[in-house]
Parts: sequence; C-alpha cells; structure tokens
Amino acid sequence: MLGNSSTHSRKGTSSKPVGVVRFPGTNCDRDVVSWMQASGRSWQWLWWMDSFSVAEFDSVIVPGGFSFGDYLRSGALAARSPVIRSVWEFAGRGGPVLGICNGFQILTEAGLLPGALAKNVSGRFVDAWVDLEVEAAPSFVQQKRGEVFRLPVAHGDGRFYADPTELARIEDRGLVWLRYKGRNPNGSALAIAGVKNESGNVAALMPHPERAIWDWMGGVDGKRFLPGVLGSADHSGNVATYVTTSDGGAIE
Amino acid sequence: MSRFVVRVMPRDVILDVQGRTVQETLARLGTDVTSLRVGKSIEIEVTESGEAAIQKVQKIAQTLLYNPLLEVFEVRQVMEGGEERLC
Repeated sequence: MLGNSSTHSRKGTSSKPVGVVRFPGTNCDRDVVSWMQASGRSWQWLWWMDSFSVAEFDSVIVPGGFSFGDYLRSGALAARSPVIRSVWEFAGRGGPVLGICNGFQILTEAGLLPGALAKNVSGRFVDAWVDLEVEAAPSFVQQKRGEVFRLPVAHGDGRFYADPTELARIEDRGLVWLRYKGRNPNGSALAIAGVKNESGNVAALMPHPERAIWDWMGGVDGKRFLPGVLGSADHSGNVATYVTTSDGGAIE
Repeated sequence: MSRFVVRVMPRDVILDVQGRTVQETLARLGTDVTSLRVGKSIEIEVTESGEAAIQKVQKIAQTLLYNPLLEVFEVRQVMEGGEERLC
C-alpha cells in the first residue's frame, strides 16, 4: 500500500481527496484514514519521496508517528523531504494543512508554523487524556472560542517552546489554536497545545483527534473536533512562514 | 579532504532533560557534579579543503543539524594529528 496513488472514497462526498502524508516511521496514518472513512471523505496517500499536484487535493494531513526514527530531532529529516516541498506550495496557495503530533513537529521544523517542540519537562513519554480549550480556530475548522475537547496525547517531545519575543508575537497575533486546560502534560509554554499560521490555513496540535472517534477508544470528542474533517480549500492568498535565520546560533 | 566535528548543544534557556537525568543518575551512584549537559557530536568529511570546506560544513549545520530555537552549534575542523580547531 505504500505510495499507493489511487484515491479511496467511501461515500464520495468531496470531489478532491484529503492527502495523508507518510514517512518511514509514520504510525498514525491508518488511524487518520479510518477517521476520513468514518467521515465519508475521500483520501489519498502522499508518499514522502514524491511531490504532488497541489490543485488535486482538498487538504493535507501530516499524521503522527516517529518519522525517520526521530533521528537528529523530531521532524527534522521529514521537514526536508520532497513531499514537504509540495506541502509548502499547497499551503502557499491557501490549502488547509493539519499536523498531528509528529506532524506538528514536522511543520515547525519546516518553518510552516512558529515555535518548536522540545522534550517534555518530565523527561518522560506522556500517554494520557487531556482537556483542551479552543482559543482561535484555524480557518478550516468550525470551532468556537472556549469550546472544550477531551483528546489523548502520546509524545516525548511535546513541550511547545518559543523564546519570549516569539511567544509574545504568537499571543499578540492570535496564533494560539488550543491550550491545555487543567493539566499541562509536557510543560508547554503558556500551555499551548496547538498553533496556526498567520493565514490560518496551516495548523497543528500535539493531541490525537483520530484516536477519539469511537466509544471503545475511551472518548469520542475527535468526532466533533473537526466536523466533516476539513473544509474545502480556498487556493488563493499567501502563507506566512517562520523560517528562523540561522545566525546567532553558533557557540561563542 | 577535510574532516570536521559539529557540536550541537541545547541552549542554556532550554531545560536539558537528558543532562538532568544523567546528572541525577550520577548523584545516585555517589558522584556529584555541578553541571552536566548532553548534546550531539556529528563527524563530517568533505572533499573540499580550506575556506570552501568550512563554508560547506557551516551551511550543513545551519540548514539541517540544529534548530536555532532549541540549540546552538559550533564547527571544529579536525587537523592532521587529530587536533581540533574552532572554525
């Protein structure tokens, strides 16, 4: 099935498929596809070595896992792959892009989202259900400010980090999508669990909505988290980027 | 041919979880140290020499080997005989 280019549709409600990105080590790809199927959305794998035609997709999801074994840094190697160059182009045309867990790490490493994900303050992998409060939803998500969702997290590098200046900018520009409510499972700055870009069409979160779809999973909030999954793409406009200049990082 | 070592360390403001855990383990084993941080050391060989080689490795470090939000790096050239020189 790897690299399968055919489009799978159960009910055929959308003309364009949701692209689901796969890297070596991605392990939430099938969960995301089950979510697509349960939502009646057509979908298509996007293999990391391939570029794709951006006009042919409704939206793109970068699922969780351990791309490239988390070698070097979580998401670092995946962020510099051919498929992400296409994701850049897709996002630049206003296409909705959602990152989940490792997908969040990849999108920050790619410079499509602000900040970085550092090791959990506890030093431990955390696997737990957390409460999340919506601050400002991305453009493709129908959520109200203050809405609360209960979703599972499962990560070792989930501590959202940005330096004080960047953190202030993220707050001021209203780029916080979700905050942990109550327990902050990883020590994230300002309890940030999800962020979006300036244009609102690229967003990511550490928790896993695709793991909260059916009762037997322990919760179903994932089902109402993204009603209809993703909205249709408005392929226009420009996307802001967060590539940090590299000078000033050398050890004196 | 030139040889380099790129050293990547967590920024001081970042809690170094690995370093803390190693330090705590040492303390449990009866050895106290005042500070301990864990980073990465990446050995690179390139065919270029001189300034071209240094520029190439600097670029590699900046584009892939470190995340400027979380880490700092230094490039050292490994000279004949093993002596390291900060670039």
